[in-house]
Amino acid sequence: MYPKWLWPVFAVPGVVWLILLFLVPFYAVIGVAFGGVDPIFLNAVPNWNPLSWNYDVLLTTLAGFLPGNQYWGIFLRTVVYVALALTGSLLFGYPVAYYISRHARRTKMLLIALIVLPFWVSYMMRMLAWVNLFSPSGFVNKFLLWTNLVQTPPDWLGGNHASVILGLIYGYIPYLILPLLAALDRIDRSVLEAARDLGASPASAFFHVTLPLSKPGILGASVIIALPMFGDYYTPTIVSGSPRTTMIGNQIDIFFHGGPQPSVGASLTMILSAFLAVLMAYYMITIAKAQKEVAG
Amino acid sequence: MTAVTERRRIAAPSTAQRIRNWILNPWGEPRGLVVITWIYVAISIVPVVVAIMFSFNAGRSVTAWQGFSLTRWYLDDPRSSVIGDPRLQHALLQSLKLAGLTMLIATPLGVMLALGLARWRGRLASASNFIMLFPLVTPELVMGVSLFLVFVNLFTFIPLGTTAQVMGHVTFSLSYVVVIVRGRLFSIGRQYEEAAADLGATPWETLRLVVLPLLLPAIFSSLMMVFAISIDDFVISAWLSCGSSCDTVPIRVYSSTRGAPLPSINALATVMVAMTLTAIGIAWVVHRYMTRGERRTGKQGGMTQAMGAFDL
Repeated sequence: MYPKWLWPVFAVPGVVWLILLFLVPFYAVIGVAFGGVDPIFLNAVPNWNPLSWNYDVLLTTLAGFLPGNQYWGIFLRTVVYVALALTGSLLFGYPVAYYISRHARRTKMLLIALIVLPFWVSYMMRMLAWVNLFSPSGFVNKFLLWTNLVQTPPDWLGGNHASVILGLIYGYIPYLILPLLAALDRIDRSVLEAARDLGASPASAFFHVTLPLSKPGILGASVIIALPMFGDYYTPTIVSGSPRTTMIGNQIDIFFHGGPQPSVGASLTMILSAFLAVLMAYYMITIAKAQKEVAG
Repeated sequence: MTAVTERRRIAAPSTAQRIRNWILNPWGEPRGLVVITWIYVAISIVPVVVAIMFSFNAGRSVTAWQGFSLTRWYLDDPRSSVIGDPRLQHALLQSLKLAGLTMLIATPLGVMLALGLARWRGRLASASNFIMLFPLVTPELVMGVSLFLVFVNLFTFIPLGTTAQVMGHVTFSLSYVVVIVRGRLFSIGRQYEEAAADLGATPWETLRLVVLPLLLPAIFSSLMMVFAISIDDFVISAWLSCGSSCDTVPIRVYSSTRGAPLPSINALATVMVAMTLTAIGIAWVVHRYMTRGERRTGKQGGMTQAMGAFDL
């Protein structure tokens, strides 16, 4: 009913936009990583020709990730931070999503609205709120002093690992709960009833039915928040700002904005992307599958 | 005999068991989960409320309450209020400018892309669809670095600044528009278009008189959503910034958290939150109004998807 050329024509502007401003920029990262650096101005001299690429910087950077080398500590710290923040988010977020999906009745709509709210409160606002609370004279320290739990107020914002991990959890947990909630909502209740009818206790019904059925949701939600966490550099800067808590993202930021070494920064960006490729692929396959389901 | 011992066992549970039963509460909501959920809600919202509260502090502290002042940090203070401090005022204008332009460019582009990708078949179409998904999964830092490098090294005719920032914002919000509009396209199906064609409408008339009106709720949601994610964006704006004259509200908030922030920063952040929530609120109300009568009853999760928007 429509002419055949119509849909490609509709898609062209957007596709061209994405090619020019998404794919080409990524090629620019590669070009800078495999290019040289101007000896005087220290700006990048990108190399657009794949035949004459210079792999030295990438290889040196990659070697820096070996145990004991320059980036090993930062890499390890990033992975540990993300792993702990992810675990914390799941331990806290899963019960919340589970409760809202399974038990909340009259309060369900209200709770969903309250869970969605932080989504739309800008990340920077929430971090500002967090910093206000944890500042040396903030409410958290006032409370701790008032209860006599501590005698001297702890310095939360001066390079404290726990602060960064808590900050990451606080920043990203809304993005975990919502997809988890959607996944738990999709579980067919009759399966649970069948388990109970066949004699499973509530606990064993949970561990043998609900938990296995929510595994795709858990994985999807974890990937959703792990990806931005690996690329995060602002959270550690805001809640700590100390070199003891830098993540891989801070290192990339430093190579571009601190002492400019663009080709090293571009190499690090490439390595980070390659490291995250598995997670990205998993997420993309999930989205593509969901879209196919919707399309029927 | 057995009946009596049975009754006795039920009649005298130990204290520990009683507490355990109270928390597990087998006859209703498990109270442990209730407690965790409300603690989470409190932790996620109370700090923000406190931060907003301190934007109304009469004094210069963001941690000690010194009396209420409605407008000191918004309007009155001649040097450091949102209106009085030129840097804050400029950041607010820059944020609004970026969000407005991004909204107006990304929405039409995304609507056309969604229509095209939903109906165009073939290998090129699959490849385009694949490219469209990429911005959704790429960490913002990677996108920021690559856009920064392309504007500095390849598209040198576009200097870092507002134009580059708008182009970056459009790039990452385009996919969200596609996801929203495509969801709508699939849910309305093709029967209306087929009916229109059967009744003699030309393709152009079908598009204009059938498809476009049916897509309006999604188009409106996209406009508001793009406005909201653009105004909250930090990473892309920061990487494509031309210096302090391109600073947006999130960049201002970010750079002031490391110093000794005044309540005016809280006021600035409050203005931003108010704008985001207004955009999302309008989107939600208008979307509900436009799709009234279409809602299937008893469908769980519909609201989650509508409000939580774009993740899956």
